[in-house]
Parts: sequence; C-alpha cells; structure tokens
Amino acid sequence: MSALALEREPLGERLRRYALRNASLVLSYLVLVAMVIYYVAYAAGHGQLSVFSVTSVFNNTMPLLIAAMGQTCVVLTGGIDLSVGSIVSLSNSLAAVYMQDSLRSVVEWSALILIIGSLAGATNGLLVAVGRIQPILVTLASLSVWAGAALFVLPQPGGTIPAGFTALLAGNAWGIVPASSIALLLLIVFWMAFRRTGLAVALYAVGNDERSARANGVPVVWAKIAAYALSGFFAALAGLYLSAVTTSGDATTGAIYTLTSIAAVVLGGVSLFGGRGSAAGSMAGAFVLTLIVNLLFFANINPLLQEFFQGLVLILAMAASVVVNLLLGRSS
Amino acid sequence: MAYLEAVDVSKSFGGVHALQGASFEADRGEVHALVGENGAGKSTLIKIISGLLRLDRGQLRLDGQDIRIDRPVAAQRLGIGTVFQELTLLPHMTVAENLLIGREPRDRFGLIHPGELVRRAARILGGMGLQQIRADAVVSGLPLAQRQLVEIAKVVSRSPTILLFDEPTSALAEREVAWLFDLIRGLRAEGRTIVFTSHRWNEVRDLSDRITIFRNGQRVGTFAAAEIDENRAVELMTGRHVSALFPPLPALPPADPVLEVSGLASGRIHDVDCTLRRGEILGIGGLQGQGQRDLFLALFGAQRLRAGTIKVGGRPVTIRHPRDAIAAGIGIALVPEDRKAEGLFLPMSVRQNMTLPVLGRLSHLGYVDARRETQMVGGMVRQLGIRTPGLDQVVGALSGGNQQKVLIGRWLLTDARILLLYDITRGVDVATKHDIYELVTTLSKGGRGIMYYSSDTAEMAHLCHRVLVMREGRVATELRAPEITPDALVRASLQVGAEAPA
Repeated sequence: MSALALEREPLGERLRRYALRNASLVLSYLVLVAMVIYYVAYAAGHGQLSVFSVTSVFNNTMPLLIAAMGQTCVVLTGGIDLSVGSIVSLSNSLAAVYMQDSLRSVVEWSALILIIGSLAGATNGLLVAVGRIQPILVTLASLSVWAGAALFVLPQPGGTIPAGFTALLAGNAWGIVPASSIALLLLIVFWMAFRRTGLAVALYAVGNDERSARANGVPVVWAKIAAYALSGFFAALAGLYLSAVTTSGDATTGAIYTLTSIAAVVLGGVSLFGGRGSAAGSMAGAFVLTLIVNLLFFANINPLLQEFFQGLVLILAMAASVVVNLLLGRSS
Repeated sequence: MAYLEAVDVSKSFGGVHALQGASFEADRGEVHALVGENGAGKSTLIKIISGLLRLDRGQLRLDGQDIRIDRPVAAQRLGIGTVFQELTLLPHMTVAENLLIGREPRDRFGLIHPGELVRRAARILGGMGLQQIRADAVVSGLPLAQRQLVEIAKVVSRSPTILLFDEPTSALAEREVAWLFDLIRGLRAEGRTIVFTSHRWNEVRDLSDRITIFRNGQRVGTFAAAEIDENRAVELMTGRHVSALFPPLPALPPADPVLEVSGLASGRIHDVDCTLRRGEILGIGGLQGQGQRDLFLALFGAQRLRAGTIKVGGRPVTIRHPRDAIAAGIGIALVPEDRKAEGLFLPMSVRQNMTLPVLGRLSHLGYVDARRETQMVGGMVRQLGIRTPGLDQVVGALSGGNQQKVLIGRWLLTDARILLLYDITRGVDVATKHDIYELVTTLSKGGRGIMYYSSDTAEMAHLCHRVLVMREGRVATELRAPEITPDALVRASLQVGAEAPA
C-alpha cells in the first residue's frame, strides 16, 4: 500500500477504520443518542418538552461536563484527580461570598477564582511530577485541604450570586437558545484546538509510556504539572458555572463532582491507564449521567435512588465496552 | 581525530559498577560495533551518550569539545540519535504521531496539522523503503518487527550525525536485517558515525569497520574488524576460553514419539502435522511470523484450537488451558521469549517463581512444606547452574539468561516431558547462551522431547536433530541433522517467500 493509496481511500473505509480505532468513543455516543431519544420521547409524551426543560438539562450538565474535561486531562496522563470536587466547592463558596453585582466584580472574582483553581491544581501536579508521589495520595490530601478551605470561606450555605452572572451563563439567548449550549460549543472548539497543540501530544505521550515519552524529548514534568493545573482550572470554572446555575453558595455542593467527573470520563471511553480517549467522550459521559437523573425525576423514582441508578448505568456501560472490545479483538 | 569520545566514564547503580573508567572513541563515517556480555556496560554507555542516564564520573566529547548530556533532548540537539533496545514508541498513538513527535507540521494557527502529519510520515516511510507500514496505523496493532522498523525510521529521519543502535536486530527477521544493514551502510557513506551493539558475531563481522570489546564495565580493546576473529573476541568478552559455542549434538536413539500432532489449526496455522520423539530436539524454523508462535501457544493450551488432534505418549489428549498442558500425564511446558511478560514474576523470589505450579503437591492442609521446597529448588538451582546469591533472591535482579533458567527449572519441577522453547536466547549474552545450549542438550539426553524455535539461524542449525521450516502457517520443508546448515535454513525459508501464493 503506497502513500498515494492512503489518500484515495474511500470515505466508508476511513469511517470504518475510525470506528474500529475509537470503539469506546463511538460506543459512548451511541449510549448518549439512545438516552436522548428516550428522554425526548418520554418528555414529549408527558408534555414536559419545553425550552425550559432543555435549558435545564444543559445547565445541569455543564458543571459536570467542565469538571470532566479537566479530569480527562489528568486521566490521559495516567493519573487521577480526586480534588476536583473540593475545588468546585471552594470556587462556589468564594463566588457566593465575594462576587458583587457589578461587571467589574464579576470579572475580577471570576479571574481570581480561576487562578486559585489553577494554582491548586498546579500544586497537585508539582507534588506528583517532582515529588513523585502517587496521584491518588496527593489529590486525596488536597481534597481535604480545599474542602476545609471552602467551609472556612462559607461555613453555612448561603450567599448570593449576581443575577447578571446567572443570566449570562445559565439563561437563554434570544429567549430560546440556552446560553449553556453556546458555552458547550466554545468548549468543543477549545478542545478541538487543544487536541492539536504540543501540550496535548505531551499529555497523551506521558499516559502512553512515561519512559518513552522522556526518551522522545517530551517534557514529562511540565506536561504533568500542566495536566493538573488544567484540571484545577476547569474545576474552578465548573464551580463558577454551578454558582450561576444554583444562584447560591454551599461549601459541600461540589463534593459529588469528584466521583461523577471520573464516572463521566470512564463512560466517555477514556482509559484509566492513560494515553487513550478524548474529552469528546467525557462530554458525552457527562450528558448521559445528567439525563439519567432527569429521567428518574420524570419517572417519579425516589431521588434517594439516583446514585444507585447512575452506578448501574456506569456498570452497564463498562460491561458493554468490554464486550465490544472483545468482539473487535476477535474480528481484527 | 575521534569524533565522539567517552573518556574514563564511570556509572554505578547502588553498589553495582556498570561502568568503571570506560573509554570509547568513534570516528566520523565509520560503523563501530560495541560487543560484550550482558552486564558488560554496553547499554549503560549508550544510555549515557543518549542522555537517558547521567554519568557519575568522566567526560564526553564531540568533535574535540567537552559536552554535557543530562537529558535525551540535549543529546538530540547535539545530533545524537539512539535506537534503544527497549523501544521508545508510544503504543496507543499512530505511526505518524510517533515518527514526528516534537516536530509535527503546523498550520497557520500554530496547531498541528493532522493530514499533513500523516502525509509527511508516509513520505518518510516511503523514502526509507518501508511502504508496507501504514502511517495512520496505531503502533500497538503492529507486529514487533514492524515496530522496530518504525523506531529506526523515527531516529534516522531526525538526521542525526551520530547514530547509536542498541541490539537493533534482535526483533528483526533476515529480510529486515538486510534492509537495516543497507540503511546503515548508506548512512556511513554520508559520513555519519554509527555505533551498534549485537550478540550475533556474523552481524558484527559483516557490518563494522572497528570493534570495541567491553568486559565488566571496562574496555578490553578496540580492533579493526579484519584483525580479530570470533574465538578471540569471545575469549576477550568472557575472559575465559570457550572451546566451542555449541555442544555436540547427542545421538538420537530410536524411540517412540512422545508428541504427535495432526491436522492442527489455530491462529494463523492450519493443517500442521508433526511428531516429536523422546530425546529429540525438533527445530521449528522459517521466517519470522510464519505461525511458529501460534503452534507453540496452541500446544501449551494458551491459544484455542480450530481443528486437529494432539497425542501425548500415544494417547489422545485435550488441551484447552495451560493447566491441562502442565497436568500430570501430559507434561507440556512453554518457555517464551518474553519471560517478563509471559512467565516470571520479577518482584518475587527464585523459590516462589519455581514452585508456583507445584505448590499444591508441596503443601499439606494449605501449608507449604518449606523444607521440601528448599530441597527441590536448591537441587534445581545446582542442576541448572543458576547464578543467584540465594533461593530468596528476587528474580528481577538476575541476568536475562539466569531468569530463563529459573523458568526452565520451574517446568522441570513439574516433570514436564515436552518442553516448548520459544526464542529463549534472544538478547542473552554469549556465555549464558553457551550454558543454555548445554542445558538443552542435556535435557534431550535425559529423554525429554524439545521443540525449539529461535530467531538465530545458526542456533537452529547446530542444536537441532530436525528442523521443520514453516511458511504461511504450514510446514513447508523438513531438514535432517547433517543437512541443517544456516545456509540451507535461510534458503529453505526464503525460497518459500519467493513462491507466489496459491
């Protein structure tokens, strides 16, 4: 097969090869499509399909989706970030306490909160990359540190979020397009561009094989620090988004995002061993997890069972992924 | 004047001196072979020059200038490229991403251009005569030999002025070795400096202008290739006189077949018939990847059979799982080439590694009889001449050849009657190779049937009573003892490749 033949390969063949190579990603989107169809049919059947309900799905997904993007960066390097949830909480608490109803305050505090998140993440990265401590230990410790800091900032739930901030992130443009969907679009564009930077190559390379990455001149230490810094940045951004959606502060509200962001990453087909997968999958995973909650709500199922069903879907998705990979392994 | 120099370089790991005041010089436009036993310090020196390890003492010089190489990038910037023995490819990334890592083509926004990346990689591969490798294939899906070729292409395409190859041929078949040698000769003609290591003397002889011999972390001498022969080189490498590398082939007494295989199909092999007699060493030859591996795995129960029958000692048997193969009454054991991945538990001791399959027999009510265990393992260590400081030594700390012996010892403890030895001397130094040949011969004299595959043709020629040459999953030719020569083997393998597939 020559280089020329490579270019002339028909589209169908190229798609087939893509699907085979990205089986997990394709699978996560199939699950998402199934969930969306089920959701739309169910909501329409019960007269609940409206601009409001669609907007609320988007709004409820965004914090998780953003946190999962950050988590993806770390998982790609073969690590894991347990501090995501605490940073979400800290970000939410800071916004609820300090953000005033003026453009200047909103911009300044948003920037400051994102910087704090990035620094918190970079510290994790420094300990992992330079201190050579297991990611799970480092981030378990910082999980406590930032959870404590959040409680210190906002001991009781409360505080307020400027209405303009909520309208900007969680409202509707022209009364119909969810602002969240525009934010989602921006995140997708960001990821598509990011995927084609040297840093992204370095993250994948480190997750593939750290020793080989180093031998190829990849700056392993910097790549790891950057991965955790990105995770911290996105966790803080998720906290801001959560503030806009919930319009109030709660120093424990972020805790759940540690596990759900990992679940979204896994549902999205990103390998926990690192080096394989894409934030595109994690985004699908985040939507799947949120749609489950919405469907359970519609179906009047006890909210206490939410986590049970989320877990069930996670297990089913992973089992399906194993089966698909087995089948593909046989055929190729 | 020497272009690349290492002067009095020392490096130790813990208390072990890998290099002790070792020096080395290579000229511009020469191919320089670095030979010695495993642990002589060749790989350590190469890793130091390529920035993977830092030297403790000593100095590196390039073109007369002192240089400092503290990381791989530094070596690359100085124009030093290295093909490491353990590949440095990123398995889940594509060939193109691997080839051009760190120098990807960018678009006008400064972002990596994926289409151009694949095209450029395809051009590099095509330019080096590697059209058979797809630039957009994922590395983990490629056979080992192709991965090695990609690694070589990656390093060469960076146009280094100095190229270091650490055992570049250990994963390659004859045709690919010929390709590599042409490539190296071409690079020499361009005035580049090439340093390579190899355990195969014919490669060293054919390719190099000069040869430097290392022993125990020091240089023993540097010779023009024409002025030193194999026996002298082996003497210098080992520090002792090795009369003959291969022991004489034991006579084959008439005996009943211990293993009869007919119509076997599994993986890429189909319709394989063969018999193995007690005391026979049966070689399975042919070009790499003609199904030899599938045959060995299938007989060990590690790979599913599609068809065929296996008889052991005249009795038909069913082998669905390695457990069945090891079981008493069958006694088939496999020693694979990748002992780390497919057999040994490196962080565990010699004792634990050896007795794992027989723990059931060694224990009463769930407790292992430690005294009997020590007896059995100690006996085996003596019998096989395993060089280990003690039975509780961690296997990962032993040399490759001794690890291989531990694995063989494990199967001997299970009273295996049939040993499947798959490329067990790959990457093993010459003295240990000699020990392994003696061991294989001794085992066959003791009445065990041995199936032997090696990527080293000379080994197959000297060690086997019979060789079945495989081609595309079938047995194509059979050669018998006096007529098995390296030439005959290569001819039988290649002739096969030239025929048009039916």
